[in-house]
Amino acid sequence: MNTYKNQPVVGLFITCLADLYRPEVGFATIQLLEDAGCKVEVPSQQTCCGQPAFNTGDFKQSAAIARQTIEAFDGYQYVVAPSGSCISMLHHYPELFDEKDPWKKRAEDLKARAFEITSFLVDVLQHSLSPSTFNSSITYHDSCSGLRELGIKDQPRQLLTQVEGVEIKEMQESETCCGFGGTFCVKYPDISNRMVGNKTHNIVDAGATTLLGGDLGCLLNMAGKLQREGHDVDVRHVVEVLAGMTDQPALGETKSTVKAG
Amino acid sequence: MNITSPDFKENARIALKDVGLQKALGNVKTGFPHKRATAMERLPEFDQLRDEARDLKNHIIEHLDLYLEAFEAKVLENGGHVHWCRTSEEAQKTILKICQEKNAKTVTKGKSMVTEEINLNEYLEANGVTPVETDLGEYILQLRGEHPSHIIAPAIHLNLEDVSETFHSHHHKPKSMDPAVLMQEAREELRNKFVAADVGITGANFLVAETGSSIIVTNEGNGDLTQILPKTHIVVTSIEKVVPTLEDMTLFLRLLARSATGQEFTVYNTLSTGPRQEGDQDGPEDYHVVLVDNGRSEMIASELREMLRCIRCAACMNHCPVYGAVGGHSYGWVYPGPMGSVLTPQMIGIEKGALLPNASTFCGKCESVCPVRIPLPKLMRYWRRNEFEKHLTPKTSRWGLGIWGFFAKRPALYRQLSKLSNATLRALSRKQARISKLPLARGWTEHRDMPAPSGKTFMQLWADKQQGQNKPQSEHYS
Amino acid sequence: MSKAEILGQIRRGLGRTGATETARNAVSARLEAKQANLIPARAQLPEKACQQLFIEMASEAAADVIELKNIKLLPKAIATWLAEQDIHELVSAEDGPLSDICKQLPDTLHIRKGVAQAGDLASLTTAFLGIAETGTLMLYSRPDSPTTLNFLPDNHLVVLNRQDIVGVYEEAWAKVRGLNQGKMPRTVNMITGPSRSADIEQKLQMGAHGPRRLAIFLIG
Repeated sequence: MNTYKNQPVVGLFITCLADLYRPEVGFATIQLLEDAGCKVEVPSQQTCCGQPAFNTGDFKQSAAIARQTIEAFDGYQYVVAPSGSCISMLHHYPELFDEKDPWKKRAEDLKARAFEITSFLVDVLQHSLSPSTFNSSITYHDSCSGLRELGIKDQPRQLLTQVEGVEIKEMQESETCCGFGGTFCVKYPDISNRMVGNKTHNIVDAGATTLLGGDLGCLLNMAGKLQREGHDVDVRHVVEVLAGMTDQPALGETKSTVKAG
Repeated sequence: MNITSPDFKENARIALKDVGLQKALGNVKTGFPHKRATAMERLPEFDQLRDEARDLKNHIIEHLDLYLEAFEAKVLENGGHVHWCRTSEEAQKTILKICQEKNAKTVTKGKSMVTEEINLNEYLEANGVTPVETDLGEYILQLRGEHPSHIIAPAIHLNLEDVSETFHSHHHKPKSMDPAVLMQEAREELRNKFVAADVGITGANFLVAETGSSIIVTNEGNGDLTQILPKTHIVVTSIEKVVPTLEDMTLFLRLLARSATGQEFTVYNTLSTGPRQEGDQDGPEDYHVVLVDNGRSEMIASELREMLRCIRCAACMNHCPVYGAVGGHSYGWVYPGPMGSVLTPQMIGIEKGALLPNASTFCGKCESVCPVRIPLPKLMRYWRRNEFEKHLTPKTSRWGLGIWGFFAKRPALYRQLSKLSNATLRALSRKQARISKLPLARGWTEHRDMPAPSGKTFMQLWADKQQGQNKPQSEHYS
Repeated sequence: MSKAEILGQIRRGLGRTGATETARNAVSARLEAKQANLIPARAQLPEKACQQLFIEMASEAAADVIELKNIKLLPKAIATWLAEQDIHELVSAEDGPLSDICKQLPDTLHIRKGVAQAGDLASLTTAFLGIAETGTLMLYSRPDSPTTLNFLPDNHLVVLNRQDIVGVYEEAWAKVRGLNQGKMPRTVNMITGPSRSADIEQKLQMGAHGPRRLAIFLIG
């Protein structure tokens, strides 16, 4: 790795859902990191964080994937992902290894270097955004893992206030789970549906044009429900707005409604 | 009681369509969480108290054998009796024996979840002793032949119309839709039962080792009338309720009401220490404590040990979006919500209880409000692991996970799989940017659309970029 | 038998066969020390402020607090309160000043001593202490103050001396330990306001099974 002196070197953990559904989230994250003076690389040996196995109770599989992720991000000063959920999973890695297992220490070490993007920009780099505009009222959903495991609440809002044109309209119960829950939404579809239905009700009530959040799982869930219910609310990952990359249509939309300034 | 935990999904489906239940559940959501938050704001030391309570409970569990022995010695010294019961059956028999020795016909009962756990009412009834529930909520349920759906607000699944109907058919009085009138009816009906009962059974919120006392915490005063009027008082409780001293009990009392109902303090906090003392004009002549284990001592050896800190405040279920959607009866046994999802598999077996710890998004709200900081999601995950390792996880899940794991451990193949999935989803979306029917994800598309990928996979585009090709462009629906 | 098995299972879970000396010492030290845990700052106040807090918290819990300059004013205050509720009977405890007080109550009032019965409309007791933290009364059972008085009647009238108000529960426990050479009374009641229930649709109703009204006569 060639770096400028003191330039933080960040390994981007792209996350399965950004890779599969929304490459723009990856590029927006890279742009935010580069704007903040980081050198960004995308280790090719990464796959999933292993959360589906972990939450199904398959600890052996989770540990194997954890070892792979630990190795893939060996040597990076920081590991950053556009997801509180996947980073929380990385923070769980130490639980997968016994005290005597040498991987335990490596897992602890990874945990100390792993950050969700908005928290990394605000808490670690204390970075101010480059000027950008997004003329839209937004409402923000606090995804559970980020909120309760990583303490992400003010960081995205703090960054959003730096984007010109953004008006934040908080929804009721922004901290209540949207009902996604990984495999939960397909294992318990009826309950998940009720939860996301409550959520879209609050989103629509907030009266904002755009819903933002920091985790694609939740965003896909809420976007899909809003669309099924016929509500006209755009759904985007927060990094798209922060990086000024809002030319592409919102999740599940064919054309862009709110244009960047 | 009939265990329906294996039917959780079906129970939930029915509950979600039950208009009355859904209306009643709305009262949980708007009531308890708001009241708890207000109480917390008024006590700046609340979170520090939670830390101390967690640490103290850990200390107690590490010395549980010794505190229980100390408690027993004090009860005996005060002239009371202690009965140790490993199982529900032992506890049932012990209690029945005491009732029979007293020739008891009727037994009044204060609210007690442990007596629900050991299915005491049915057992007593089958053996000729009539139990009378005296907590208003429990009384309503007993008339209706139902079990509690919540550990501190047992009848929370009912609406005013239900109670009105039930009282009308049992009390033979004009039908009323005024809760005050209904409560008055219950008060009058139960007054004579309190006086006539031969034995009073209560639970205990805590047992104090220092003094050999049990304490009950109630708002109605029914627990007190239950234990001071009959000649015999039986405390039915579980082994983890012991605390060292009155000061230690106080730490938990400062957290309990605030976490539960959001009250500063519950109306009646009553310490009972042994039977009537010399010269006393009232109070029970006999004082028994029935200590129930029922699988708790086994929990100490595993991660589940942390669950023994639970003080039964119900904050976890009051804040749980799953409980809020399906209500307590869906869980199919005595303890609902997150705490129930951890306890139930221990008590009825993981084979029957496995759906409960799976019925969580791990949103973590429960842990965030727990007064003794029990990591409830972690303990639900413990059960999922147990289920997986015992090969009880449904086959489709295991296969799916196995195939996915095969790819996830092979980055190059995983890239190919993502690429294929990405292309397939885009093709299925037919340029509509979303999919409304996806055969392999019916659970998803039955209720919502599936947004389609906005372009190639990130890794494809990144590789393109790395190879010095054109700047990445989102190729929409190409 | 069951006791040995339960204790054995606990010890196996804790990874020890018996009780180690360290464990025993830790337990006896804690039981001996009776040390306070964190005490909230709220009620650690000077005497006057503490008494004021008690009044506020008890009133918030829906108790009637009637302040009286001295005990001479008590009989009249009790008579007035009962008359206002149109109650003409009273069952009373016999401790402290109560027997004297009862003698000074109007003849029209039917007064009984001793335990309460179902159907009693009002009772009169003293309180051992008031706890400012939450506006809580502390009472305890003894031959001249039966516990049924605190729960059966519809109205509970309680006499509390202002100097018997303490700040926090911990101060109360120290005083409880000072009774009867450290022997706990059979019952210690902490009472915060009148009986209530929200079991019907989570709507609070006063007067479930215990007293519908709690009147505290604060003396001094």
